[in-house]
Amino acid sequence: MALLEVQDLRTYYATLRGFVRAVDGVTFKVEKGEALGLAGESGCGKTTIAISLLRILPSGGRIVGGKILFRKEDIVQLSQNDMRKNIRWKGMSIVFQGAMNALNPVFRVGDQIREAILTHEPNIKKKEADERVAKLLELVGLEPSRAKNYPYEFSGGMRQRALIAMALSCNPELLLADEPGTALDVIVAAQVLKLIKELKEKLRLGMILISHDLSIIAETCDTTAIMYAGKIVEYGDVVTIFKEPLHPYTQGLISAFPSIRASKTRMTSIPGSPPDLLNPPHGCRFHERCLYAMDICTENEPEFMDVGKDHYVSCHLIKK
Amino acid sequence: MPEEIVEIENLKKYFPLKTDFLRNLLSRKETYIRAVDGVTFDVKKGEIFGLVGESGSGKTTIGRLLLRLTDPTDGKILFEGKDISKMSQKDLRPLRRKMQIIFQDPYESLNPRMTVSSIIMEPLTIQGGTRREEMENKVAKALEDVDLIPPEEFLLRFPHELSGGQRQRVGVARALVLNPDFIVADEPVSMLDVSIRAEVVNILVNLLEKYNVSFLFITHDVALARHICNRIAIMYLGKIMEKGPVENVIFEPLHPYTRALISAVPVPDPATKRSDVALKGEIPSPINPPSGCRFHTRCPIAEFPLCKEKEPPLIDHKDGHSAACHLIGKSR
Repeated sequence: MALLEVQDLRTYYATLRGFVRAVDGVTFKVEKGEALGLAGESGCGKTTIAISLLRILPSGGRIVGGKILFRKEDIVQLSQNDMRKNIRWKGMSIVFQGAMNALNPVFRVGDQIREAILTHEPNIKKKEADERVAKLLELVGLEPSRAKNYPYEFSGGMRQRALIAMALSCNPELLLADEPGTALDVIVAAQVLKLIKELKEKLRLGMILISHDLSIIAETCDTTAIMYAGKIVEYGDVVTIFKEPLHPYTQGLISAFPSIRASKTRMTSIPGSPPDLLNPPHGCRFHERCLYAMDICTENEPEFMDVGKDHYVSCHLIKK
Repeated sequence: MPEEIVEIENLKKYFPLKTDFLRNLLSRKETYIRAVDGVTFDVKKGEIFGLVGESGSGKTTIGRLLLRLTDPTDGKILFEGKDISKMSQKDLRPLRRKMQIIFQDPYESLNPRMTVSSIIMEPLTIQGGTRREEMENKVAKALEDVDLIPPEEFLLRFPHELSGGQRQRVGVARALVLNPDFIVADEPVSMLDVSIRAEVVNILVNLLEKYNVSFLFITHDVALARHICNRIAIMYLGKIMEKGPVENVIFEPLHPYTRALISAVPVPDPATKRSDVALKGEIPSPINPPSGCRFHTRCPIAEFPLCKEKEPPLIDHKDGHSAACHLIGKSR
């Protein structure tokens, strides 16, 4: 059994105009030591999946269906208290988007990491916790003496590293990284991603990397799930998906990406914009922007089917 | 007519740093942020010139200087052969008809209380001399040029009724309505989703082909620059490290910084394993930039004391491909 298995997860947000179906039936799994890349445009539900897994949805957000099996236990059923005691930080932790703002500006970086340790492992002595902070900082490539610094004394890349150290402070088995490279410069982003990849291998972490940047996923992840309007449209190992994308959306997304190695070409785009998730279109959610849409696409929702080698796709064009 | 539409020579922009009162009393010396520190390049007619660099390298400041949205500390800006670096705002106004800018963030650069029609019409009103009816035609045509079709459907909308890509196209239409010869595009797609980036980029390329508009394209995305620019310049801490035809710079980079930058760009293909990122650390502060070559603190091949003491000039190596490094040609 995999470290994490998500089955038909549905998370809706209640608004005055109705339910926003941010995540509407997604299924995937993550093994130990494996990185899953969640890709898609803004608003497709990537971050909602992450905060559903940790059960930290904002008010109005609710998991309305599906299962999240983490270490064989369905954590959708757990109380917030159990989540706090056993799952968050110790089981899975998150590196939030926007390293610039995720640290508290008025506390020392080391103290913030120590707080995470002491909150979740109350039996540990302060001194032991401090030692662990030093080790963690070293692990992510920061000088242990920098624990005494305030966040403003850190550069963007260093803050991102400190956040990763904090996320690892209670030895989680699953790390969620929400857009870890965005807002950083190319060279610094490359350094951070390299670190994440090394940590994954060293600590045998399961990982979910959320990014809109397919090239980051191509380089860092083992499997990938391409999301569109709250659903996974294609899922499989990263090489297959990039080499033989089956879903028209995946194909469009991949060709919209300029590659520095390829010869000079005119870039292609996917015309239109993602649908309103208050009233998602009937049938396949992508049919309004799809070049190959047929009559059936506007009526029936395509099923999420296995096309072999753990490659799943949901599109009427694909025959079993 | 000269071949270049814009030329800048040894352009500098220093921003004075505000220090506290006491420090001002104790030392007379003012400190400056050297955002742009001696930059020379030209943009030819009908080309897209890319300015690439990390944040804080001075790209945006150069774009603003070219249009005199901010005044240079030193150096020359020639627009169609005329020096505009010290021209008064009054004399500049007729020239502004010919040079326009597209801003980075389409969510902040459009006034939320104005309709699309009035946003695009504003430059015409400011420049004057166009009758109302003609202005309306021009606005409609600009909308068509950016693929917001049919224009009538968009004229009376407000920015909040548009998607990000549509907003940025309104920003392009606003720059276009005066029929400019030169447009500064300051990271025009960095705030947009990947799937719609190409839309906006292709519009710019179309404009170049249709109206022969020249562009200064400012971006941090080397892969994007590679696909749309004719020539590019790589900036680091207010200086140009390397410039030349885009193919030469990307495929045969001369400067170690360019090499590092290119190797850091992720490739959307899981089969290619990229070479390790050689650079450590982050871009230093432009307040006290490193002596000699600004890159020597992070350079993997720096030779001491040469690189620390002497600033390398930007030297042409082959066919307009130039780089500022002491060690080119030496064994590496």
